[in-house]
Parts: sequence; C-alpha cells; structure tokens
Amino acid sequence: MKRSLFATLPFGLVLLMVVSPVQAQMTMGGPSDAAPFGAPVDDAPVFYHLLFDQLEGRFGRDAGFRWEGEGWAGTDMNRVVLKTEGTVSNGVMEEGYQQLLYARPISTYFNLQGGLRYDLDSAPGRGWAAFGIEGLAPLFFHVSATGYASDQGHWAARLEGNYDLMLTQTLILQPQLEMNFYSKDDPSRALGAGLSDLDTGLRLRYEITRKFAPYIGVTYETKFGDTARLARLAGGHASDLRFSAGLRIWF
Amino acid sequence: MSHQIVPPTRRRFVQGLAAAGGLAAVTPVAARGEAIGGIPVLSGARIDLTLAEMPVNITGRRRIATAINNAMPGPILRLREGDDVTINVTNRLKETSSIHWHGVKLPNAMDGVPGLTFAGIPPGETFTYHFPIVQSGTYWYHSHSGMQEQTGFFAPLIFDPKKPDPFHYDREYVVVLSDWTDEDPMAVLSNLKQQSDYYNYHRRTLGTFINDAGKNGLGATIQDRLMWGKMRMSPTDIMDVTGATYTFLVNGQPPAANWTALFQSGERIRLRFINSAAMTTFDVRIPSLPLTIVQADGTNVEPVETDEFRIGVAETYDVIVQPTEDRAYTIFAQAQDRSGYARATLATRPGLSGAIPSMDPPPLRTMADMGMGDMSGMNMQSGGDSSEMSNMAGMDHGHAGAADKSADMSGMSMQGMEHGTSAVPTTNATGIDPGSLAGHPMVDNIAMMPMDRQGEAGTGLDGNGRRVLRYSQLKAVEPEEYPLEATRAIEFHLTGNMERWTWGFDGKRFSEAPPVAVKLGETVRFILINDTMMEHPIHLHGFLFRVENGQGNRQPLKHTINVKPGEKVGLVYTADTPGRWAFHCHLMYHMEMGMFRTVVVA
Repeated sequence: MKRSLFATLPFGLVLLMVVSPVQAQMTMGGPSDAAPFGAPVDDAPVFYHLLFDQLEGRFGRDAGFRWEGEGWAGTDMNRVVLKTEGTVSNGVMEEGYQQLLYARPISTYFNLQGGLRYDLDSAPGRGWAAFGIEGLAPLFFHVSATGYASDQGHWAARLEGNYDLMLTQTLILQPQLEMNFYSKDDPSRALGAGLSDLDTGLRLRYEITRKFAPYIGVTYETKFGDTARLARLAGGHASDLRFSAGLRIWF
Repeated sequence: MSHQIVPPTRRRFVQGLAAAGGLAAVTPVAARGEAIGGIPVLSGARIDLTLAEMPVNITGRRRIATAINNAMPGPILRLREGDDVTINVTNRLKETSSIHWHGVKLPNAMDGVPGLTFAGIPPGETFTYHFPIVQSGTYWYHSHSGMQEQTGFFAPLIFDPKKPDPFHYDREYVVVLSDWTDEDPMAVLSNLKQQSDYYNYHRRTLGTFINDAGKNGLGATIQDRLMWGKMRMSPTDIMDVTGATYTFLVNGQPPAANWTALFQSGERIRLRFINSAAMTTFDVRIPSLPLTIVQADGTNVEPVETDEFRIGVAETYDVIVQPTEDRAYTIFAQAQDRSGYARATLATRPGLSGAIPSMDPPPLRTMADMGMGDMSGMNMQSGGDSSEMSNMAGMDHGHAGAADKSADMSGMSMQGMEHGTSAVPTTNATGIDPGSLAGHPMVDNIAMMPMDRQGEAGTGLDGNGRRVLRYSQLKAVEPEEYPLEATRAIEFHLTGNMERWTWGFDGKRFSEAPPVAVKLGETVRFILINDTMMEHPIHLHGFLFRVENGQGNRQPLKHTINVKPGEKVGLVYTADTPGRWAFHCHLMYHMEMGMFRTVVVA
C-alpha cells in the first residue's frame, strides 16, 4: 500500500528537476568580478504572502463555513506553496485538502508545482503525491490543473479556475470553478470514481483595501455519480445552492 | 480633477499636509548663511555630511526619513568646476549607507556604489570622498544602498562653470521632484510581488468598456480587449507605484504645502529641475509660461522653447522662464499615470498661489509600446480616455506634438538606426541569443520591431495640444571636437515580466549575469532595446554618453536616458576611466530586482 506513494513522490520531484533549467547561479551576496565588495542589490529576496480567497459562511438548506487559502514563500524561481481548504458544517469537516508544494516557473505565465497533499478532515485521511501546473491563461483566467497519486494506488485530478471582472476599480465580480476527479471509489471518504464533485461560485467583493475585501456571493456545489449516490445514502444532498458572505484577505 | 479615481478620503493623503515636509521644512538652516529656496547650501573645499534618521510628517502620519544633514532633500552642494573637493560622510543610520554622485565623472573609488567600488559606509563610520571637479552643471547625489533613496536620501549638486554658461538669468532655484510613501519600501516591493497592479487604480473596468463601446463601437472594443487579453498585458500599466501610495513632493513639500519661489516681474529665472523620485516620471509645465530648456543632465544644450517636458527618474533639466506679470504661476508636475502631481508656485509675493490645472486623462499603452512598430494608422487603441481625440487637437493647433512626430519618425528614425547600428560588430551584453527570450519565465514581451522614438514626447504627451520637449530636440552647445566612432556595439535588452514583477537585462538579474567588459580607452556603443511596456531611465555611472538622436556632431551628453517602451536607442562613450561602473535602471525597485549590470573598464 505504501509502495505507490514511494513510487509516485520521487516521480513528481524528478520530473520537476528535469523540467527545471539548471541554473548556474552565482553565490548571492558573495564577491564576484562584477561586485568584489558583495552584491550591490539584493535581487532575489525571499518574500512570503498568505491569501485567503474564500473565508466565508455558506447559507442554504445547511449552513457551513468554508475556507480556501494559499500561502507562498520564496524567490522568483523557487517557492514553497501551502494550499489549504476545507468545509465545516454541523461539526463535520469535509474536503480538507492540505497541500505542500514546491513551485517553479516554466514559462512566462505558468509554474510547475509538485509535492504532497493530505486530506485532513473528519473522514479517514489520505496521502497523495501531487504534481501540476498553475498560471495565468490568455484573457487573464487564473487556472490550475493538478494530478494526484495516493498511497492506496488511487489517482485523482483537480481543475480550478477563476477570473476577476472589474466592475469598478474596487468592486470586483469573481466567478470561480473547481472540479475533482477520482480513479477509484473511496467509500470511506464518500467518493465515487469519475468526476466526483464541482464547486462553483460567483462572488462580488469590495476592496476596501487591496488586502481587505468583504464579499457576498452565491455558491453551487454538486456531486456526481457514485459520489452523489453516497451523499444521498448518508442523508445529505447531492447539490446545494447557497448564499455566501465572507472576506477575501491577504497579508 | 477630471479624473478623480481615488476615494475622497485620500484627498489629504494625496495633497499632503499644508504645513508638511514637517520637520524638514522647519529644520534650522545651518549658519552657513546661504540658501536657495529654503534649501541650505554648502560650499568650499571641505564639506561634512551626516546621514541620520529624521522624523517627518508628510501626510498626517509620523514617519522616519533617511536624511542628509537633517533635511529632505539634503543640502545643496555648490562647488566650482576645476576645484578639488573633500567630503566627509558620517553614517549615523543603523544600516550601511553610501553616497553616489550622480552624473559626475570621477575616479571609480569615489563613485560610492557598495559592492562595486567599496563596501559602503558602516554605521558609525566616516568615509571621505575626494575628487577633482571636471564638469559643470546641475546634478544630484543620493544613497546607493538599499531603499534609502525612497525614504528621503537625495540632494542637489551644482557645479558652477569656469566659463560662464551661454545664457543669462537673474535668479535661480532648485526644484527637486520626489515621491514619498508612508509605507515601508520593502512592503511596497512585497505588495508588487503578490499583485503587480496593486497600486494601479486606472485599470480597465466594465465602465471603461461601456464608454469605449459607445465611442468606438462594440465590435472594435471587444476586439481591443481580446487583443490585450490574449497577450495578458494591460494598456494601463504606466507606473508600478502610483499616487495610490505616493505623495509627490517639490523640495520635500507636498502639494498642499505649496513650496514657493519668489521673483520680480520681468526677471529671468533659472529653474534647476531634478527628478529624485524612486519610481515616478513627471510631466512638468508652468501654465502660461513658455519654458526654455538650456541644459539637460548637466550639459548645456541649444535653447529649446517648449510648454512642457517629461523628466525621467534621475534626469535633470535646467529651464529659463521669464514671468512678466505680477502674480503667481503654478509649477505643475503630474505623474505620468496621472495618479497625482507635485506642485509649487512662482510668485511675486509670499502667500500667493496660482490656479492648479486639472490632470490630463490617464494614458494608455499602444501596440508601438509593445514593440510592434508604429501601427498608428490602424490603431485600435482609444480606450478610456481622449488620447486619440487630443491627438487631433494637437494637429489642429499646429503645435509641435503629433504633427511633428510623424515628420521626425520618417526622417530621423532611419538616420538614428543606420548611424546607430551600422558596420561595427555587435554582441549581446549577457552573451545570450535574444531569440531565446521568447517564453522565458522572466520575459513577457519581445519588441519585434523596436523603433527610434526620440521624435516622440512619450506616452500621455504626444498630441496633448501643448509643445512638449522631445529627445530629438536636444542639441549640444559644443560640437564634438572628435566625433565618437564606436568600434564595437554591446546590445542590452531591457526585459521584465509584469505579472511576476521581475526586471532585468536580457532576461537575467544582476546576480545571474556576468559583468560587461569594456577596454580602457575604447569607444563603445551601447544599444538599448526596451522589450517591456514601460519606460526605463537607464543610468551609466562614471561617463556621460552621447545619445544618438540624429544631431550629428552635436548629439547631447547625458547620464540617464528614459528609454521608451518598444524603443531602440544608441549611446556612445569613450571609456576613459578604469573601474567597475554601475549601469542600471534608475527606477529604484527595478534596480533592486536586478535590472543592473557592472561595466568593468580595464
């Protein structure tokens, strides 16, 4: 069972290294012919940020709380990315996907990302090796596509996208979409094979500052196939249209 | 203001405090007697400067500036061509510091660039600069360490000529333009890394879409948005850091404080404009007063009468004005993106103030700025402003704006190009094949058809109905005795990725690139090709270069050239002083991100 994790994790990391151009970087800050007294500029400093794109209550047939955030630390070429998300309703946490990835630019607008995902919520945990691509597509769509291989020999994939439609300089309408696929049923996590679920939302935010923007929106979550069946068996709903209110903040 | 784009609560922030500059303004002028426009003047063979923190209050919030002799700007150093000067600089800051004498020809060890020419001045220590003054004109000096320029570490430098200047004036003032932010400069940089348009409040919106659709038709507007969207570029990228955080200052004073220079009607006044900003290009005019440009970057030029001039970061222009009315005139310096302005007053009595003009509409970039050549004939651009309309107005009035531009383009660009790049062998400065830049993570555009754009006033100015200075008009007073013939050309691509907010030459940062080797005594041509969609004020230390602007043996000498997007420009100089010379974009945050090279002359 552990075999596939060990098989897939190196696979992802090796692929990253192969794709990354080998850089003959000079030692930062050290003396060189260009700068015998040390670097005149600190041109590859480490920055770090944490953005919560969703930090919201969802209100419909059921009320719930959802967060989705992404933090990063690093330079232009090398970054560690932490992605966290989850939903809490009725004291149960679901869709708690936590990822720790290494990211590296491969083109003008896209980064490769590889690392680990752990599903940490009220259901049994799952470990995955993750490998994907994230960036800015033409017409300013933010997109990401990630593939996963689990420690139980499962495969999964997820696609995400969003777009900022500027109504005014500070009032922004953001459609967002997220889809998950699984290669095999995983009944203990109430997942069926195939396209399992879709989470989409339309949020209207007001940027009081760039970093602090309350929003309202509507979200629609729906489950498909066996995932939907399992949800109904458990007494839940296969789909939910809900009103949401929250904060988009970053640091 | 016709383009009020910021929340009204920002008014005081933009305007600053009426009594601001705060402590800087009331700093007791040392008992040296002389001062120009309230800025203390230091002269003589020996000068002592102290670098220290100083509390300031520009916007209503107390902040700490890095100041020279407890003033922002620091004291004017007024020295004489032909003299030797000794300057003791004591660093009372908590961090290493330095002073670079901008545009000054001096021995390399005196150039003041930490890393290249010395290790910097550690806290508590004194460094002694000693150099002969071999030139005259208006220059400036500033820190070359970290982000100290942004926090107030800059000051004017005047070298009086041995032989009188070939123009007459009765009175003179220094006009130091700068940009102040209450934010920590590192926070500004960090914000740009997370969101590159963080400070841009002129972005295209649903509102500008509807306006444009009404003006140009829905089809054309959609086509225009698709074109920019496919490139993942925004035509509203004019400045990276804007009036959303900056208060723009004249001699350390925000607009509300209204720094005022007095004159008597009929006097000829020499105004020494210095752009000491970290990131701001200013467009300067004095409504109803013609400006006669007599000097650029410290070197005299044939007088050019104009209504307005653009001053890139680190450039200087000396201007003669002759107000004849007994009233106040406004010196109006709007930021290139029209997110704010610096303002001062020329008046016959204290307390007067003139009308403040409204800012021009925020400009938009065009395909020419993307380096796709001059597509003005089929220009889809028309965006959320009236730039096209005012283009028309410019032609109607027959001013030297748009009409002259086309004439210049046909005549001059050819001349510039051929003269600029012919015959001599050309190598890339970083040793790369420029073709390899396509799709590079740190490069978002390559100028396919870079042009000579020195006949243009620049984005936001051409066709505004006023006469605006163009580089092609700058003509040295003194012809070159021995016209410089470069034997070799070194080509630099100015590159960046706006989305990732990275900047460099040839797709590489300083720390990734080898130094540029030039032989001592060699006459070399630097060819700059701006692949980015923004202006870059490129500065070479240690030498004044001839800008190949089509003026034959009267090409102007400069230390900084504001290279337009999509532009190709040639600079020629003789490397007559050995050492390690900095060559960099003078937008402070671009420099810090590695748009910087060492030129090793040996």
